[in-house]
Amino acid sequence: MTENTGRVEFTREMKKDYTIITPNMAPIHFELIKDVLISFGYKIDLLTTTGREIVDEGLKYVHNDTCYPALLSIGQMMHALHSGRYDLHKVALVMTQTGGGCRASNYIHLLRKALKKDGLEYIPVISLNLSGLESNSGFKITLPLLRRAIAALTYGDLLMLLKNQVKPYELNYGESDRLVSEWIKKLTELFEENKAFTQREVRAYFDRITESFANIKVERTEKTRVGVVGEIYVKYSALANNGLEDFLFNQGCEVMVPGIVGFMIFKVDNRLEDIELYGGSSAKKQLCTMLKWYFTKFERDLIESVKKYPQFIAPSPYSHLKELAGQVIGYGCKMGEGWLLTAEMMELIESGFENVVCTQPFGCLPNHIVGKGMIRKVKKVYPKANIVPIDYDPSATRVNQENRIKLMLAVANT
Amino acid sequence: MKIGLDVGSTTLKCVVYDGDEPVFKRYERHYSQIAEKASAMLRLIGEQLPGLRRAGLCVSGSAGMGLAEDLGIPFVQEVYATRTAVVKYMPGADVVIELGGEDAKILFLSGSMEVRMNGSCAGGTGAFIDQMATLLDITPGELDEIAGKAERTYSIASRCGVFAKSDIQALLNQGAQKDDIAASILTAVVNQTVAGLAQGREIEGNIVYLGGPLTFLPQLRKAFDEILGVRGICPEDSLYYVAAGAALSDDSEEFDLAEITGRIGNYSSSHSYQSSEALFADEDEYKEFVERHKKDSVPTDGKLSEDGTAYVGIDAGSTTVKAVAINSAGDIVCSRYLPNNGNPVPLVRDFLRDLYRDFPDIHIKGAASTGYGEEMIKNAFGLDLGVVETIAHFTAAKKFQPEVDFIIDIGGQDIKCFRIKDGVIDNIFLNEACSSGCGSFLQTFAGALGYEMNDFAREGLFAGSPVDLGSRCTVFMNSSVKQAQKDGATLGNISAGLSMSVVKNALYKVIRVTDAKSLGRHIVVQGGTFLNDAVLRAFEREIGQGVTRPSVAGLMGAFGAALYALERSKGESSILSPNELESFGHEVKAVTCSGCQNHCRLTVNTFANGARYIAGNRCDKPLQKHSPTAKYNLYDYKKQLLAGYGPAKGGRGTIAIPMGLNMFELYPFWHTFFTKLNFGVIASPQSDRQLYFRGQHTIPSDTVCYPAKLMHGHIEALMDMKPDAIFYPCMSYNVDEHKGDNHYNCPVVAYYPEVLDANVTALEDHRFIYDYVGLHRPKDFPKKMTAILAKYFPPIPEREVKEAAAAAYGEYERYMSRIREKGREYLSYARENNLPVVILSGRPYHLDPEINHGIDKLICECGAVLVTEDSVSDQVEKFPTTVLNQWTYHSRLYAAARFVAESKDPRVNLVQMVSFGCGVDAITGDEVRSILEEGGRIYTQIKIDEITNLGAVRIRLRSLFAALGLGE
Repeated sequence: MTENTGRVEFTREMKKDYTIITPNMAPIHFELIKDVLISFGYKIDLLTTTGREIVDEGLKYVHNDTCYPALLSIGQMMHALHSGRYDLHKVALVMTQTGGGCRASNYIHLLRKALKKDGLEYIPVISLNLSGLESNSGFKITLPLLRRAIAALTYGDLLMLLKNQVKPYELNYGESDRLVSEWIKKLTELFEENKAFTQREVRAYFDRITESFANIKVERTEKTRVGVVGEIYVKYSALANNGLEDFLFNQGCEVMVPGIVGFMIFKVDNRLEDIELYGGSSAKKQLCTMLKWYFTKFERDLIESVKKYPQFIAPSPYSHLKELAGQVIGYGCKMGEGWLLTAEMMELIESGFENVVCTQPFGCLPNHIVGKGMIRKVKKVYPKANIVPIDYDPSATRVNQENRIKLMLAVANT
Repeated sequence: MKIGLDVGSTTLKCVVYDGDEPVFKRYERHYSQIAEKASAMLRLIGEQLPGLRRAGLCVSGSAGMGLAEDLGIPFVQEVYATRTAVVKYMPGADVVIELGGEDAKILFLSGSMEVRMNGSCAGGTGAFIDQMATLLDITPGELDEIAGKAERTYSIASRCGVFAKSDIQALLNQGAQKDDIAASILTAVVNQTVAGLAQGREIEGNIVYLGGPLTFLPQLRKAFDEILGVRGICPEDSLYYVAAGAALSDDSEEFDLAEITGRIGNYSSSHSYQSSEALFADEDEYKEFVERHKKDSVPTDGKLSEDGTAYVGIDAGSTTVKAVAINSAGDIVCSRYLPNNGNPVPLVRDFLRDLYRDFPDIHIKGAASTGYGEEMIKNAFGLDLGVVETIAHFTAAKKFQPEVDFIIDIGGQDIKCFRIKDGVIDNIFLNEACSSGCGSFLQTFAGALGYEMNDFAREGLFAGSPVDLGSRCTVFMNSSVKQAQKDGATLGNISAGLSMSVVKNALYKVIRVTDAKSLGRHIVVQGGTFLNDAVLRAFEREIGQGVTRPSVAGLMGAFGAALYALERSKGESSILSPNELESFGHEVKAVTCSGCQNHCRLTVNTFANGARYIAGNRCDKPLQKHSPTAKYNLYDYKKQLLAGYGPAKGGRGTIAIPMGLNMFELYPFWHTFFTKLNFGVIASPQSDRQLYFRGQHTIPSDTVCYPAKLMHGHIEALMDMKPDAIFYPCMSYNVDEHKGDNHYNCPVVAYYPEVLDANVTALEDHRFIYDYVGLHRPKDFPKKMTAILAKYFPPIPEREVKEAAAAAYGEYERYMSRIREKGREYLSYARENNLPVVILSGRPYHLDPEINHGIDKLICECGAVLVTEDSVSDQVEKFPTTVLNQWTYHSRLYAAARFVAESKDPRVNLVQMVSFGCGVDAITGDEVRSILEEGGRIYTQIKIDEITNLGAVRIRLRSLFAALGLGE
C-alpha cells in the first residue's frame, strides 16, 4: 500500500494514445503477453534493445550495488526514453512487482527514482502485480485479461520447452525457431479474434503445437544435457545472461529451462503455505486455493500434451517439485525464487539433466540460500549432480563466465 | 608427438610429449600478445625438434579459449587438464590446490570428484600477490622472503585487491613491519582460497600444490600447510600440469606444424572495440587548453619574509607524502611530493632537515599535518596542529577560487569531494570501498605496461579513438583492458580510455551524479591525478565546463595545512628544532593490548624526544585519555542489557542459541520463552576473528555478508558445548512495528538457518531446530510453537507454551522500551550539555564488535553522544517513503533519518553502517540519504566488512564534525 505521494497514475485517457514501454524479461513469453495487451487496446512497445549502452544507463541511474535485473531493465527503459523515438509526454512504463521480501519488490520505486533524477517524473509507471500493490484507472488487470495472460504464459512455456528439445537435433537448421515465430503470429491472430484462451481451446492448441514440433525432422545424436535455473530475469533474459542458451547450444548441448507457470503457482501457493506455517484468514485461503487450482489445470494440460510424444521430456508437475524440495529445504523459504529454485535443480537432474547452470545476479540475496546454499544437499541426494553457479553483473566478463561453464561441461563429458 | 599449450591470464606454458615422455618445456609471460607468443613458441618447437612436421595440438587456459575456438583447435578446460596430469603423475593425490594469475582452483579427487573455481573475484590469486608486492615496493619473490621473517600476522582482506590495499596502507601508516605485512598477505590468500572454495568439504589427505604462485613462493605453501594442518607437496614441473594435461588430452588433434604456426601468427581477433571521441582534436585545441590552465599558477619558489617567518604543512597521504613551507604572505617557498613507500617518517625528517639547511634563518611559527598519517607525524615532529583533510583542502582551494562551490580531489587511493554552500562544507562524498576512480588505478595499469604514470597518461592525449571502458572495478578492468588489447587497441587509446574511466568512476560511482553538468559553477579540481592533462580534459568533457586546476594540484593538502597553521599561529611553533632533528630516532614495537578482551594488536611508535604514537587500538584505553562522552554509548548499554540474560539451567534440556543476526534483538524473547518452559538456555560466545575462521570452510557463498558468515563459527562453538538442541529458527517475517508497508526480514536473516543445516556437516549429529516461526502473529504463535517443540521434545501442553509466549513477548517489549528510554535520556543529556549526537544506524547485529570494529567507541572518542536507530524510530509517525518500506529493520532506518531531518538540530546526525554485500542496503542507503538531504542534512555511510580500517572511518567522522562546525 505504498501510496507514495504524487505517484502519477496511468489514467483512462492515457490509455487512448499513450505507448506503454515494456522491458523484455523472457523473449517468447513477453512477445505473447504483448499481443494479449494489444488485443485489449493498449499500445505496447516491447524493448529488444541490447548493448553496452544499456548497462551504462543503468549504472548511471541505479545504485551500482542494486541487483543486475533492476539495473538492466531500468537501464533499458531509460535508454529507450533517451533514444528520441518517443514523445515523452505520450509514454508510460511498466514494471513487474512481486511484493515479496526480496529487493525485486522495489524495482518500480527505483525506476521512479531514476525518472525523477532525470526530470521525467511525469511519466506514469504501471506496476504489474497480483498483490494489489498499486492501482491505475487506465490499466486494470481484469479477469478476462488475466485469463488470456495466463494462457499466453503457458503457451510461452510450451514453445520454449519444445524448441529447446528439438532445435539441437533438427535436420534443417532454424526450423524450430521458425516454428516458434509462426506460432506466436498465429496465437496473436487468435487472441485478436478472442480465441485460444479457454481451457478447452488451450488444450487443443497445446496438442497442435506439440504435434507440429514432433513433425520436425530430427537426427538424434548424443548431446550433453544442461538445465538452467536461477533468478527469474537472469535465467530467461539473454541480455542479462550473455546469451547463455545460445552459448550452450553452440557448445553442443541440449538445454532445458523450467517454465514460468510453475513460478506462478509457487507464488500463489506461498500464501497458502504462510497460513499453514503462521496462521491466517480462511477467506484468503479459499481465493488462493482457487487460483492455484486454475493455474494447475493449465500446467496439467501442458504436461499431458507433451507426454503424448515419447521423444519429448515433459516437465514434472508443481506438486512433484514441491515433494522434491521437501527433502532438502523448508516450504517457508519463499523470497525470490525460494525453494522452487532448489526443486527445479532436483527435477532437472531427475529428468536426465544432471548438469545445471545456476544463474544469479551478483549479490542476489535469496540465491545465497536457495542456489549456492543448497548445492551440497542436492548433491547428497543426487551424487551425479554437476552444478555450476554463475554470477552476472555489469563488471563480470563473458570469458570468465564461459570458462566456468566449460569446466562444468568438461566434467559432464567425463 | 603431442603439444599442449596452456595460455593462462599472464603466462604461456607449453609441453611437448613424445609418447609418454616430455621432450620440450617452456614457460614465459605473454603480456597479452597471445597469438604472437604462441606462434613463436610453436616455431621454437619446430627449431628444437627438427623433422617434426605434424603433431597433436590441444590448447587450454582461460586466455586461450577465444583463439582455440576461432582457429578450430581443440580446447580443454584447464581444471580438467590439471586432473589428467595429476592422475598420471601424482596418483595418490586427494586434493589439488592450484593458484594461477587470476584464478584459484581446488580439485577434490578422492571420493566423489569435485572441482571448484573462484567466481567473479580475482582476490587471493597471483595477480593479487603481484599487486600487493608492488604496493610494498618489492618483487613477489622478495615478499615471500621477508614473509619468512615475520613475527606476527594481521587481518587483511584478500577478497579484493582494493580492500586489501587500504588495509595494508593503514598498517604501513601505523608503522607495522613489512615482514609481518608480507606474511599477512600470504595468510590472506590462504584464507580467501579456503573460505571461497572449500564450501563445506574438508581439505585433507595428500595435498598437491600447483601453479605459479605456489611454485615460486615457499612461504605461501607453508601458510597453506599451517592453516590446513597438512603437509602438501609441490611436485617437480608444477607449472606445467595444465599444459601436460592438454597435450595428453584425448581431444588433441593433429595439425601440420608449419601451417598451424602460420595461422596462429596471422590470427588477429576479428572483433573491434567500442571507442569514444578523442580527447583533443588537434594540437591547437591542446594549446588553448594549456593556456587556459596556466592562469591558475602560483609560484613555488617564493622568498622568505625578512624575519624568516614560515609555516609548515605536511600531508601524509595514503600513498604519497606532501610537504610545503610558506612565508607570511602565503607564498610557497619550498615544497616536496614523494611516494611514501610505506613509511612517511624518514621522508618528513629529510624534508625538515633540507628546509633548515636551505633556509638557515628560517623561523617556523606554525606547523600542521593532515592526511592518514596526521597523528603520527604530528607526534613525531612536535607539530602544533592536526587538521582533517577536508578542511585542509578547502582552505587551499579558496586561495585559488574564492567563490569555490565544489571541490574534487582525486588522490592515490581516495577521492574526496565536497560541496560548499555559504562558505562552509555542506556535503561530503568519499569513496567507500572502491578505489577504481583513483590515481593508483592509472598507476597500476601504467606500471603493468611498463610506464610511469605521467608518461602513460600523456600517451593518450592525442589518441584518435580511445577505448570505451565504462566504469568498473579495478580488478575487472584488467580483463577489459586485455580484451581491448586483443581487439587491437593501441597503447595511446587504452591510456586515454583509462583516463576517461577514472573520471567516470569518480563521477558516477563515488559522487553518483546523474547530471554531471550540475556539480557546481566554480569547481576546483586537485590531487596528483589531475596533474595529468588527459584526466583533466576527460573531466571537463564529462561535466561540460571548464574548472580550476591549481598548478600545485598535488600539494593542496599540505598547502592547506600550512595556510591553516598560518591562520591559527600563536607565534611560536613546537616543531623539532634543527638540533632535535639531528638526534631524531624512531622505533616501532608491536604489543598486544591487555586493556580488555579485544586484545588489540598495537603498534607503538617511540620517537627520540620521548613522544609516542600508538596505532591499531580500537578504543582510548591504551592512550590513557578519556572522552567525556565515552559513558554515553548506547551500544554499550545494549550489550550490557543482553549480557543480563545469562546462562540458565532447566529440567527439560539445554537450548543453545547462536548470538548473531536477528538473535541480537530476539535473544531476550527466546531466553525468556525457554527458561519459562523450564529449559536451560546458553548462547554462543562473543564473535571474534578466531570464531570466524573456525566456520569459514563451510561457507557456500563467499559474497554473502560478514554477519551471516560469522554464523558458521557460532554454530561450531555451540556444538562444542554439547547442548540438547541448537535453536535458530527461520523467520520470513519480523515483528510488526507498524512503521512500513510490511515487516519482512531480509532473505539472509530470514533463511540463513537453512544454509547452516545444508552446509555444516557436523550438524547432522546434533539436534538443530530451524523450523519456520512467525512472531508477527502472537495469537497463533503458541499453537504453532507447541507443534514445533513436539517434534523434538516430549509434548509440552499448549497452555504452558502460551504462558511462556506471553512472558517472552512481554520481556521483548521491556527490552525494547529500555533501549528507547535510554535513548531519550542520552538525547536530553546531549541537549543540556550542548554535545553532538550520532545516531549510529544499522541492524541489531551491528552491535557485534567483530562486525562494527569499534566504530561506536570511535564516535564517542570524537566527543559525540551515541544513540541507535531503534532507540529513536518509535518517535516518528509512519510516513510515506519513495521505496517500498517492507523490512522491519529497515523501516527503523527511514524513521531514524526522518527523526534527524525533523529535529532541525544540527548537532544530531545520522551515520549509517552498511555491511559489504548487503543488497538491501543499496536501496536503504539511497533512501536514507534522500530523507536526510530533503531536511538539509548530511548523510554519512560507513561500509564495513571483515576488515578494519578505522583510519578511513576516523577521517570520515572528523570530516562530518568539521563540516558541522563541531568537534574540531
